[in-house]
Amino acid sequence: MAELTTAEASHEAHATSLGLSNEKIGMWTLLGSECLFFGALISAYLVYYGRYNGQPEISPALFDIPFTSVSTFVLLMSSLGMVLALSSIQRGDDRAFRVWILATAMMGSVFLSGQIYEFTVFVNEGMRLDTSPFSSAFYLMTGFHGIHVTVGVLMLITLWSRSMSGRLTSENSEVVENIGLYWHFVDIVWIVIFTAVYLIPYEQATL
Amino acid sequence: MTAVPADTGSTGLRILQRPKATTGLWSWVTTTDHKKIGMMYFIATMFFFVVAGVEALLLRVQLAVPENDFLSPELYNQLYTMHGITMVFFVGIPLGATFFNYIMPLQIGARDVAFPRLNAFSFWVFCAAGIFMYSGIVLGGLPDGGWFNYAPLSTTVGPDVSGYTTGGGSGELAYQVHSGRMLLYSVGLQIAGIATLASAVNFIVTILNMRAPGMTLMRMPVFTWMTLIVAFLLLFALPVIGIALWQLMFEVRFGANFFNPAAGGDPILWEHMFWLFGHPEVYILVLPAFGIISEIIPTFSRKPIFGYTAMVFAGVAIGFLGWGVWAHHMFAAGMGPVANTAFGLTTMFIAVPTGVKIFNWVGTLWGGKVRLTSAMLFAIGAVAMFTIGGLSGVTHSVVPSNYQQTDSYYVVAHFHYVLFGGLVFGAIGGIYYWYPKVTGRLMNETWGKINFWTLLIGFNVTFGLMHFLGLWGMPRRIDTYYAGFGWEQLNLIITYGAFLIAASIALLLLNVVVSLRRGKLAGDDPWDARTVEWMTTSPPAHYNFAEIPQISARDELWHRKHAVSDSGDYVRVPAGGSGAIVVREVEDSDIHMPDPSVFPAMSAVGLPIMGWALFTSGNLMIVMLAVGSVITVGSLFAWAFEPSAEEGH
Ligand code: HEM
Ligand SMILES: [Cu+2]
Repeated sequence: MAELTTAEASHEAHATSLGLSNEKIGMWTLLGSECLFFGALISAYLVYYGRYNGQPEISPALFDIPFTSVSTFVLLMSSLGMVLALSSIQRGDDRAFRVWILATAMMGSVFLSGQIYEFTVFVNEGMRLDTSPFSSAFYLMTGFHGIHVTVGVLMLITLWSRSMSGRLTSENSEVVENIGLYWHFVDIVWIVIFTAVYLIPYEQATL
Repeated sequence: MTAVPADTGSTGLRILQRPKATTGLWSWVTTTDHKKIGMMYFIATMFFFVVAGVEALLLRVQLAVPENDFLSPELYNQLYTMHGITMVFFVGIPLGATFFNYIMPLQIGARDVAFPRLNAFSFWVFCAAGIFMYSGIVLGGLPDGGWFNYAPLSTTVGPDVSGYTTGGGSGELAYQVHSGRMLLYSVGLQIAGIATLASAVNFIVTILNMRAPGMTLMRMPVFTWMTLIVAFLLLFALPVIGIALWQLMFEVRFGANFFNPAAGGDPILWEHMFWLFGHPEVYILVLPAFGIISEIIPTFSRKPIFGYTAMVFAGVAIGFLGWGVWAHHMFAAGMGPVANTAFGLTTMFIAVPTGVKIFNWVGTLWGGKVRLTSAMLFAIGAVAMFTIGGLSGVTHSVVPSNYQQTDSYYVVAHFHYVLFGGLVFGAIGGIYYWYPKVTGRLMNETWGKINFWTLLIGFNVTFGLMHFLGLWGMPRRIDTYYAGFGWEQLNLIITYGAFLIAASIALLLLNVVVSLRRGKLAGDDPWDARTVEWMTTSPPAHYNFAEIPQISARDELWHRKHAVSDSGDYVRVPAGGSGAIVVREVEDSDIHMPDPSVFPAMSAVGLPIMGWALFTSGNLMIVMLAVGSVITVGSLFAWAFEPSAEEGH
C-alpha cells in the first residue's frame, strides 16, 4: 500500500530543481512583488499624511477606531479559518474543508462590507477622493487592499466549487496552501495599513 | 482511486473542452507552446519597431530644415512621446521577452515554461495594451507628455514653457482632450505592466525550478542568467511605476489630488516613483542584449567565455546598483547637494560591473579563432556602441555637467547609443544567431554584412552628430528652430543618417522573410556552438528534447563534441563516439505537453474594454466596466476549471 502511494506521487509530481512545486514558488515570487506594490502605496500615504489641502476637518479625526478594529479582527480571524480549511483538506475531511473555506470567504466579505460602509460614511462627511492629497492617498491605498480581498474571496469561492465538483481532494490540496499564502499576505498587509492609518494618528491625537 | 470525473461534453461543460488545433490561425490563438509564443512576440515586436521607427523618421523630417511646418507642434509632441513609449515598452521589453520565451527554456533543457497558459496570457495582454495605447488615433489624440510624462505638467493643459503639453487649444475642451491622452498613457501602461509582471514570475519560476538534471545555477548559460536578473528587476521595479500610474489614472479621471501643487500635491513624488522604475528599466532593456552578446562571442571565438563567474556576478551587481541611482535623472529637480553627490557617486560605481563585462568580452575575443559572421559583427558592434554610450553617460553623472547637458541633444545621443547601440544591435545579433535554430535555415550572410555596415554608418552619423548638436546648445523636444545657430547642416545630415538606418532595418526584415524559404538548410548545430539549445533538432519539436539531457558541465554541448588532444587543442569527437549527441525521434503522444487553451487570449480582451470605459461616463461606463470584468474574470474562472485534454491521464 505504501509503495503504491509513493509510485503515484512520483508520477504526479514532475521533477523540479528546487524540490518545490512551480505553483508555490510562483506564489512566493508574486507576493515579493506585492510587497513593493503596497510599499509604494504606503509610502505615498505617509508622504501625503497631513496634507489636507486647507481643509483641516478632513483628517484622521473622521476615523472610527472601534468600528475598524472590529472589522480588522474579523479579517484576522479569517486567517485562522484558512488554516483550519487547509488542515481539513489535508486530513481528507472534505465537509469540514467546505465549511471552513466558506467561513473564510464570509469573513472576508464582512470585512469588505465594513470597508464599503466606512467609505460611504467618510464621503457623506465630506472626505471625498478629490478633497485633498491625504484623502486621495487614503482611498487609493485602502481601495487597492480591498480589491485584493475581493480577488481573494473569488479564489476561495473557486476552491469551494472545485471541492463541490469533486476536483479538489487531499492529493491536490496544494492549491489551497498557495491561495492560503495569498490570503495570509493580504491580512498581514492590512495590519501594517491599519497601524499606519488608524493607530498612529490615534496615538498622536490622544497624546 | 480518486479519478477526476471526466467532464467531456456529457456533463454539459462543452465550452471547457480544450482546443486541439495544431495548424492554422486558431492554433496560434490558443497555443501554449513557448516557442510559438516567442515567435508571436517577435512578430509583434517587429511591428511596433517599424511603427516607432516611422515615428522617428517623421520627427527627423520635421527637424531636417529650420522653421519647418511639416508637423504641427501638437503632432510633434505626440510623435516623440509615442516614439519613446513604443520603443521602451513595446519594443525593448518584448524584444527581451522574445528571446527569453524561445531560447531560455531550450537552454536549460526544459520542455516548456513553468506556466504555459500564463505565458500565452502575457502575450495577449501585451497586444491588448498596444491596441489600447494606439486607439488614441481614433479617440482624439495620442499621449503627448513625453515618455516619462512628468506630472503635473502632464496633468494640466499647456502650452507651458517647456512645450511638453499643448492640449489642443485652450479651455474645457482642450482639458478633456488632454486628460484623455493621459488616460491612455496611464491605463495603457498598466495593462502592459500586467503582461510583463506575469512573464517575470513565469521566467523566474522556470529558471529556478525547471532546469535539466545536473544544470546547477553556476552551469547556466550567461543568457539564462541575464534572463533571471531581468525578471527580478521587473518583479521589483514594475510595482512602483504601477502605483504611480494608478495614482495618475485616478488623478486624471476622477480628480484625485496627488501631483498638483495647487491642491497640496507633490510633483516630485511622481519623478521619484517614475525613475525608481525608469533607471532599472535601462538595465531591464540592455541586460538581455548583454546575455545575447555573451552567447555569440564565445561561439564565434571558439573559446569558453572568459571569467564566467565575474560575468554572472557583474550582472547581479548591475541589478542591485540599478536601484541606487535613479535620482541622477533628477539633479535638475533641486534635491540639494548631499543627495546630488550621493546619486552622482553611485552612478559612477555602476560603471564598474559594466566595465567588468566589457573586459570579459574582450578577453574572450583575445586569442580566439574569431569568425566574423553577421551575428558576431553585430555583437562586437553592440559592445563598441554601448561603450561609447556608457562613456558619455559617465560625464552625465558629474553633477555640474549634468546641468549643462540635461534636456539637450547630447542626452538624446547618449541614450540612443545605450538603447539602440546596446539593445538593438545586440538583439539583431541574436536574430542572426538563433534564426537557424528557430527556422532550420540560415539567413543570407552577404545581406547580413551589408545590413551591419549600413546600420553602423547610419547609426553613427545620426546619433554621433547629435552629441555636437547638443553641445552647441540645441534643446530636445523642440519641434523647430531658427536658422543661424549653426544647427541647420548637422540636422540635415542627421536626417539622412536616419533614413540610412531605416533602409538597413528594411533589409534585415527582408532577410528574415526571404530566408524562411530561400535560406540554406542549417542542420542542428550550424555554428559549432556550446550550449544546450543546439542539442535538439532545428526547428525543435514541440516537446523540445526527445530526452531531457543530463548536464555535467558548463558549455555541455561543446564538451560532448570535443575532446582535448595531446597537443592541447580541441578536436572533434567523431560522430557516434562516446558522448556524441543522439537525436532520437519519439512519438508525440509519449510526451505529455500542455494543451492549447482559448482562455488566455479571451481574458486579455476584457482589459482594454475596462480601459475604454474610463473615457465614458454614467451608465455607459458602468456597463463597459461590467462587461470587461465579466469577460476577464469569467475567462480566468473557466481557466481554473479547464480540464486537460486527456482526462484521467
Ligand atoms: C531610427 C532610429 C531612431 C531615430 C531616428 C530616433 C530619433 C529620435 C529623436 C529625434 C528623438 C528626440 C525627439 C525630441 O526630443 O524632440 C528621440 C527620442 C527618443 N528615442 Fe529615439 N530614435 C531612434 C531609435 C530609437 C530606439 C531604438 C529607441 C529605444 C529602444 C529609442 C528611444 C527613444 C526615447 C526613449 C526617446 C525619448 C522620448 C521622449 O523624450 O519622451 N529611439 N528619438
Ligand atoms: Cu538612470
